[in-house]
Amino acid sequence: MTKVKMELKEKIVASYVAFENDVDINSEIHDIRTEAFQNFEKLGFPTKKLEAWKYTSLNSVLKNDFSIFPNKENAIEFADVKKYFIHDIDTYKVVFIDGKYSSFLSDTTHDGKDVCLMSSALSKPKYKSVIKKYFNKIAKQDNLTSLNTAFTNEGAYIYIPKNVEVEKPIQIINFTTGNDVATMIQPRNLVVVEENAHVQIIERHQSLTDNAVLTNSVTEIFSAKNATVDYYKIQNDKDNASLVDNTFIEQKTNSVVSVHTFSFGGNITRNNLNFYQRGEHIDSILKGITIIEGKQHVDHHTLVHHIEPNCESHQDYKGIFDARSTGVFNGKVIVEKEAQKTNAYQQNNNVLVSDKATINAKPQLEIFADDVKCSHGCTIGQLDEDALFYMQQRGIPKKEGKALLMYAFANTVLESVKIPEVKQRINKLIATKLGVHIGFDL
Amino acid sequence: MLKINNLHASIDDKSILKGLNIEVKAGEIHAIMGPNGAGKSTLANIIAGKEEYEVTDGIIELDGEDISELAPEERAHNGVFLSFQYPVEIPGVSVTNFIKTAINETRKAKGLEDMPAKDMLKMIREKSELLEIDRKFLSRSLNEGFSGGEKKRNEIFQMAMLEPKLAILDETDSGLDIDALRIVANGVNKLKSKDNAVIVITHYQRLLDYIVPDFVHVLHDGKIVKTGDASLALELEAKGYDWIKKELV
Repeated sequence: MTKVKMELKEKIVASYVAFENDVDINSEIHDIRTEAFQNFEKLGFPTKKLEAWKYTSLNSVLKNDFSIFPNKENAIEFADVKKYFIHDIDTYKVVFIDGKYSSFLSDTTHDGKDVCLMSSALSKPKYKSVIKKYFNKIAKQDNLTSLNTAFTNEGAYIYIPKNVEVEKPIQIINFTTGNDVATMIQPRNLVVVEENAHVQIIERHQSLTDNAVLTNSVTEIFSAKNATVDYYKIQNDKDNASLVDNTFIEQKTNSVVSVHTFSFGGNITRNNLNFYQRGEHIDSILKGITIIEGKQHVDHHTLVHHIEPNCESHQDYKGIFDARSTGVFNGKVIVEKEAQKTNAYQQNNNVLVSDKATINAKPQLEIFADDVKCSHGCTIGQLDEDALFYMQQRGIPKKEGKALLMYAFANTVLESVKIPEVKQRINKLIATKLGVHIGFDL
Repeated sequence: MLKINNLHASIDDKSILKGLNIEVKAGEIHAIMGPNGAGKSTLANIIAGKEEYEVTDGIIELDGEDISELAPEERAHNGVFLSFQYPVEIPGVSVTNFIKTAINETRKAKGLEDMPAKDMLKMIREKSELLEIDRKFLSRSLNEGFSGGEKKRNEIFQMAMLEPKLAILDETDSGLDIDALRIVANGVNKLKSKDNAVIVITHYQRLLDYIVPDFVHVLHDGKIVKTGDASLALELEAKGYDWIKKELV
């Protein structure tokens, strides 16, 4: 381990005592935090020596002198950040600025469901049973998840009771302002969706500063029988903002959970997306579009654990890499011996627009059952020059033609987005990203 | 309208066109025939501006302006249309979406606003009827899984939508059954006017039964070696190309 890395780790370790003094030591989760802290102290930050981090190095990020607990109450004007919201439809909003709840920007509810704060859920007796039952039950004990658990303090707490169909989407947005310092934040979200309930969630991390930002986020999602969860992650952050997103999902019988991850920007973005199927006739849907340039880096590590019979999983990740950008796709599917009649599909298609761009793609199938359908396909290619000439011949300039080809390539992922305004927003982001003014949704 | 003088062109240092001359005036239909490898498709691609080909000598003028330095899309904006011998499949882009983008990009280049959606729909309806194209066909991905005939009909549909000044039909008859050939030819004839021109590139005479040319040129070894009227095509059909080669010796 290098010296600089020790420094951030030591700073974090040293600050734990101060953190502990600040939070309720009698809280239900005190023991969980302590154990996680010891775990992080032992493991430290991940290095490239770990198989799971072979192609993603956090070194350059970790050398920043991060402020771990931004203390200031930073205010921001809604007008300045409106563009980061899906604002053309009514939504619930759970908004944080530098890791602290912003009541001004938020719109929470306790009316028939709870869309509120982790800090309340951790401290108020009425949430005790839910926290006890779900908190940290599926989050892994790895380096960064442990680090987040140790410092768990704030995030979104969403509890949707049985048979409740939430009437509008929920937005979880983390802003970082860090005007004079590099900022590290660790949001912790818990989403519990009871039997037959339905919820749609949009999550975004947005830096408002040019200083370095490191977000180490952990989200646990529990989907009970017949529940439906649609989760959209919009990752389009500034060039100096890095994100490690650790998401863990447990599904019960007949539930359908989809996670769409749109990665269009940021410095280093690492998505650890883990699905655990604990029931039958479950459908897990994992989709992603990555469009990056410059020296941006996006890493998708997915895991689908098929534990019981008659379940399905569908993965479709599309990547477009320009300039010196780098991508990683590591898609692991485990089919346990008991999980007969599993249908597991995985697609990962990549286009390298520049000859300096790189993608490391690795499908990993571990199948212990004998009566299953598992398929995976991985392609790495370039834009079709003949198609570009064809389009130019019809009057579509090369740049627009490229954009249209890339859009068409990524479109299979967009098709399954269920909130029209989210789809429109993504269309717009793609057009902006590709530097064209084409209305794609013709 | 189109004037090509002493055109020399090569690809990967292989010389393909070796001093080609042709002049096409508004209102005319020209057929270019010739054996395989004579350079017919090369000529079509060079007029359209395909970058792989290197023009080493000669001029290509459209309405008195040299277009040889223009990008393919700029030539398209100036009214050049090439019906491809092998139309490219573009998955994920519907026929309608594609043609709308093509029309609006062309309008944008001319400083015009997008065509109003209503007008666009009306035009799509009219032109698809002209080419007997089913409505469902228009929402399919461009050329993906199309039969040979569908691809060619789709090319002429796009031509109808874009209303080019100069249309080059590169082997549009290949892969067409007789019914599709009739529909395609009928479409081309209806689009023909005194203000536009058509170059038909073909290996066989049969398309020329339907699209009757004013001039027939024989392209051999990178040059136009013989020019005549429609009867030349019949003579070629009857005698093959060998007699021309012999004539040249």
